[in-house]
Amino acid sequence: MNSKTEEVLRKDIRKSYNNKLIQKFINAGLEEIRACINCGTCTGSCPSGKRTALRVRSAIKKALDGDESILKDKDIWFCSTCYYCYERCPRNIPVTDMIIKLRNIAVEEGYILDNHFDLAYNVFYKTCHAISAIGENNKKWRELRESYDLPSLPPTVHSYPEAVKECQKLMREVKFKQLLDKIKKKKKKDNKNIK
Amino acid sequence: MNKSALKYGFFLGCVIPNRYPMIERSIRDVFEELNIELIDLAGASCCPAPGVFRSFHILTWLVIAARNLSLSEELKVSPVTGCNGCYGTLRDVWYDLEHDPQLKMKVNEELRKIGKSYTGKYEPKHVVQVLYQDLGLDYLKDYIKYKFSDLKVAVHYGCHIIKPSIKRPWNKEYESPTFLDELVELTGAKSIDYKDKYLCCGAGGALRSGFNEVAADFTKEKLINIRKAKADIIITCCPFCQLQFDLGQKEVSNIFRDEIKKPFTIPVIYITQLIGLSMGIDPNRLGLIKNHNIKDVSPFISLDPFLKLIKKQLI
Ligand code: SF4
Ligand code: SF4
Repeated sequence: MNSKTEEVLRKDIRKSYNNKLIQKFINAGLEEIRACINCGTCTGSCPSGKRTALRVRSAIKKALDGDESILKDKDIWFCSTCYYCYERCPRNIPVTDMIIKLRNIAVEEGYILDNHFDLAYNVFYKTCHAISAIGENNKKWRELRESYDLPSLPPTVHSYPEAVKECQKLMREVKFKQLLDKIKKKKKKDNKNIK
Repeated sequence: MNKSALKYGFFLGCVIPNRYPMIERSIRDVFEELNIELIDLAGASCCPAPGVFRSFHILTWLVIAARNLSLSEELKVSPVTGCNGCYGTLRDVWYDLEHDPQLKMKVNEELRKIGKSYTGKYEPKHVVQVLYQDLGLDYLKDYIKYKFSDLKVAVHYGCHIIKPSIKRPWNKEYESPTFLDELVELTGAKSIDYKDKYLCCGAGGALRSGFNEVAADFTKEKLINIRKAKADIIITCCPFCQLQFDLGQKEVSNIFRDEIKKPFTIPVIYITQLIGLSMGIDPNRLGLIKNHNIKDVSPFISLDPFLKLIKKQLI
């Protein structure tokens, strides 16, 4: 593409998209999304789209159009973050980061799978690990560690309660804990979830 | 060349210490054999996992990762991790904060509340990166005591050790890097070609925890290709890929039993388990021989076919 065409295209694109969803991308420093030319390279590179309903190009397009139905669509959770779309996009859009941002906005609005909520709330916030070795049902993993001549708990947050407190404080300071609490309440009340 | 002064902060993550301790053991033992010092990053947390927690709340991902990075800064060493997921997080956060001074300031504001700070002076590394770049094949060569004479290996890189390529140390090579194959072939083993070798295992991006059967569908495709290429063993450089090929292999054999006909039984081990063996480290310590009676733990796919195969080779 010569630079003149590029310029015209850019101008045109800049003007044509302006909505709440796009504003969130722009605020997050991801305004590159507006440079999408709908070429479909991302969808063509996507190993997830081969087997699921995820169509990256159309997810990006929906975000551009301000179509908020994308937020409760489970398709955006089918991305394995393999980064092929990101690497191959001819407009240098960090496509995978866009999906992550879309997911963030979805969670902000209370759309999160039960499994994911449980992992965030009951494992990550509580233990500060994503997979833990504490508690009765993880006894076998502690024994396995010992069988390899390792202390039954690793020298991570698992061995330092004050480190857990530090991480939890950070999660409250950035309002993650509050977000999780809000979602918990919401989940109980209206059973709002991803379709 | 004196490389024995090298030291790193050992970032364990979650899957390695809590589900695949034999990987932790093998990294510790291999590094010790190589005279490289690993200092534990006491009180480190989940990196946080880039697929799940980054998807939920980017700011949480940033500050918790920066706290982890600050632990190695306190020790004045680069952190090293054996996990592609942790590597992805630590490296991306390091890169992103280096390129966004304002964001770095904001993250530091949060860290200050727990009495920590972050500068970004120390580059986060992967175990494979230390072996391949900091030490190098020439250096490692001298430590190889035994060589396999007939072992066909299917190498699985995973995604986040190579991508996003601009934030990785491999000269932007992401379509077909060779560093892991070269490390494998140092042991005399042959890294075989198989279809879509660089395809994702399917576990990442919150997929395994969200939609296990979709993750398994990725893994099935890889396993079919690996079986077709007649590999004796799969080598990984990520415990989450390893879990997906190990426990996930059982799940694939179950979910897709009609389609695949014969269940999959391909042994899966981690790169330092293989190299360690070649360096003459006790296979018991490397987690290659079962020396306990604990039920339902890793490895879920038996390593016996591999052990049988190499028995006569490693003399
Ligand atoms: S590859 Fe890039 S430019 Fe093409 S459709 Fe996807 S996001 Fe848009
Ligand atoms: S990063 Fe996600 S959306 Fe992009 S190609 Fe990979 S699976 Fe598809």
